[in-house]
Amino acid sequence: MTNEMKRRSFLKVSGAAGGGLLISLFLPEVIGAGRDAGGPQPGMAALPSLPFAPNAFVRIGTDDSVTVIVNKSEMGQGVYTSLPMLLAEELEADWSKIKVEAAPVDAAYNHTTFGIQMTGGSTSTASEWERFRKAGATARVMLIAAAAQNWGVDSKALRAENGFVIGPGSGQRASFGSLADAAAKIEVPKDVPLKDPKDFKLIGKATRRLDTPSKVNGSAQFGLDVKIPGMMTVVVARSPVFGGKVASFNADAAKAVKGVRNVLQVPSGVAVIAEGFWPAKLGRDKLEIKWDEGASANLSTVGMREQYAGLAQKPGKVARKVGDPAKAMARAAKMITAEYEVPYLAHAPMEPLNCVVDLRSDRCEIWTGTQFQTGDRAAAASVAGLKPEQVQIHTTLLGGGFGRRANPASDFVIEAVQVAKAAKAPVKVVWTREDDTRGGYYRPMWYDRLGAGLDAQGNPIAWTHTIVGQSIMEGTPFAMFIKDGIDNASVEGAADLLYGVPNLQVDLHTTRNAVPVLWWRSVGHSHNGFAVEAFFDEVAHAGGKDPVELRRTLLANQPRMRGVLDLVAEKSNWGKPPPAGRARGVATHFSFDSYVAQVAEVSVEKNGAVRVHRVVCAVDCGRIVNPDTVKAQMEGGIIFGLTAALKDEITLDRGRVQQRNFHDYPMLRMNEAPEIEVHIMPSTEKPTGVGEPGVPPVAPAVANAIFAVTGKRVRKLPIGLVG
Amino acid sequence: MITLKVNGKAINVDVDPATPLLWVLRETIGLTGTKYGCGVAQCGACTVHLNGEAIRSCVKRVADAAGKEITTIEGLSTDLSHPLQKAWIEIDVPQCGYCQSGQIMSAAVLLAENSQPTDTDIDEAMTGNICRCGTYPRIRKAIHRAAEMKRGGT
Repeated sequence: MTNEMKRRSFLKVSGAAGGGLLISLFLPEVIGAGRDAGGPQPGMAALPSLPFAPNAFVRIGTDDSVTVIVNKSEMGQGVYTSLPMLLAEELEADWSKIKVEAAPVDAAYNHTTFGIQMTGGSTSTASEWERFRKAGATARVMLIAAAAQNWGVDSKALRAENGFVIGPGSGQRASFGSLADAAAKIEVPKDVPLKDPKDFKLIGKATRRLDTPSKVNGSAQFGLDVKIPGMMTVVVARSPVFGGKVASFNADAAKAVKGVRNVLQVPSGVAVIAEGFWPAKLGRDKLEIKWDEGASANLSTVGMREQYAGLAQKPGKVARKVGDPAKAMARAAKMITAEYEVPYLAHAPMEPLNCVVDLRSDRCEIWTGTQFQTGDRAAAASVAGLKPEQVQIHTTLLGGGFGRRANPASDFVIEAVQVAKAAKAPVKVVWTREDDTRGGYYRPMWYDRLGAGLDAQGNPIAWTHTIVGQSIMEGTPFAMFIKDGIDNASVEGAADLLYGVPNLQVDLHTTRNAVPVLWWRSVGHSHNGFAVEAFFDEVAHAGGKDPVELRRTLLANQPRMRGVLDLVAEKSNWGKPPPAGRARGVATHFSFDSYVAQVAEVSVEKNGAVRVHRVVCAVDCGRIVNPDTVKAQMEGGIIFGLTAALKDEITLDRGRVQQRNFHDYPMLRMNEAPEIEVHIMPSTEKPTGVGEPGVPPVAPAVANAIFAVTGKRVRKLPIGLVG
Repeated sequence: MITLKVNGKAINVDVDPATPLLWVLRETIGLTGTKYGCGVAQCGACTVHLNGEAIRSCVKRVADAAGKEITTIEGLSTDLSHPLQKAWIEIDVPQCGYCQSGQIMSAAVLLAENSQPTDTDIDEAMTGNICRCGTYPRIRKAIHRAAEMKRGGT
């Protein structure tokens, strides 16, 4: 590629003991003067001039620009702002000079816990909380040392402030840019001290996102916007049945479409290679393909549901056991059981999947919005017959991720490299919305059976929960996390029940079939949150207790959850009459180390249509970096959760996914969006997850409100019409 | 050859007249701010103005747009000065940002026709635009704010 900045990184590890700080030196090598793809966002980062690059995360140019290299993918959650805030805080940078660039793939950018370069699990802030601050502090110490040398003074007499190093003497004021060359010659210090949080200037302050201007004038570059010289656009016809293969095909009519250059068989199907999207799509419409549908040709979700419901009648592998639930059930004054179910769900990011590949004999360049750089690079290398170091991934902005772009199977990347290999040309593989909806890697379908035993006072003394569904980790490199047959992603949010119930059992039946499954925003919590919190409401009702009061009692040893529960109860006017025709439902959920409580205010129309008017949310996610981002993520999580609660399901019949596009896999729209109020609990605890924890409580809060207004229990999602 | 008037400029394109305007804007002309989301006028990510009306460019034949004034997000302003852009920045509406060009283009027509839209007006004008990140509450707030700016408030 011309006009592309190539980088080579020379890794130099100076690990701070126990801190895991990786310092790597960056030597940018500038080829050409501009760039047309895959680089920084317009208006966000310019090419640096002889920068000071003390570590993998920051470069300071002689023009005073501070470029923060962000190793997490920006998919809307605000990491291109919140992570630079961490670094700028310790650097004492001028925030208006901050530019952002996506990190290349390099071990220096690996997740501090998971050891691979990835964005997921609501862990970006937790992973980088210390490292980004240390990267900024390291640079600051070196800039100060450079100024001390220049001025012949002790560095202790100097301080950094708003992009300058300042000394006590007259004229002792130098911009970071003016010190960059000198600072580059200073030895990288180890173990730099970090600020006392009481001195934070940026962290904790609502800060406008750096990427917003580019997202309101059309200049933000997503994967689908990438264009490289000689690039062909490709649409692939894939098997209508998971696991199916091409038996034979006739491409005569497809090849006759003006603009179609070639039609080639690839492992995933038949690729139509064309001059643009439209001829590629028209060409695909004209393909005649005979599929060998394979073993899953008769798969149906109706049949699966029957199988799951049967399995749920007996306990599975025990994920957690406390006390003796069977014995406690036997002496209970009252026993209730209920069965809950949720469907397969597609992630449906607004930007359909896509991937640009430029494959050469000795290297491969990829432009895509991915959450899984290390895995995708390894997979691409394997397909291309190259070493991972010969593959570079340019992470673009993601038009939504929600987990779909964090695939251990690297499906959309592997396929694009296979297409590039077959086409012998640079390619952009574009998935249509229909491809995206039908392409699998869904949130698993789940079936849950819950039971509770209540004592004479109506308090639960026993709790059982049998979960039935597919494992996300099984068959992937993450399978090593499966312990004793329990995939934690199947039982999270159920096995770690916070309520103080003295006798408890949570067990799991792991099912297997050809439908590919994947983490979907909030993963196991997305279904366990619903089953547990809706059933808890049944328990409270069976025992004649107020659902908030019973939760408060059983959260006596969980002050942080009780804190958000009390906060949400107060802010939602719990206990006071709601507006006429409406009722309130409450739910809490602990996920990704954060505590969330929500109250939904709901009415049900005569035809059974559910209207969610208002959702009040309280969250405790430890120390806050950017409060406005936390609010935005709670708002977004609530809408995402509501879409699932009210509308969506992926179903299969005769092996085929029955949904296609937004007409039959609908999204919540403006006229259905509730008023949302978010309250953040002040905290000095470590920062925890924000991207996902807003999702789980909303479905049960709505279901519980529907019960309060109609007396009807909702035990199956999507809710659709009540009655 | 079809002559399009895009953001005030006449552009000749040599494409199949049945090609949706979306792909001509994105691939032939290189204006990638207009997005593909569904291809069937269900999501609004491809919204542009045709003679001042909000249309879904994914289902508009390019031949049918010939000679008409086409405005894309890139043509809304050259310097982020449109009240909607200012309000979107002030309220930090976008998350992933993919749908926002379409949201803003739909809102721009609403605002041009209605200087003080109510929540119901906003529902009517904006319900054709999906945001998977769930920025609806902020979009609503930003439209009210932009209307206020446009009326001369600060």
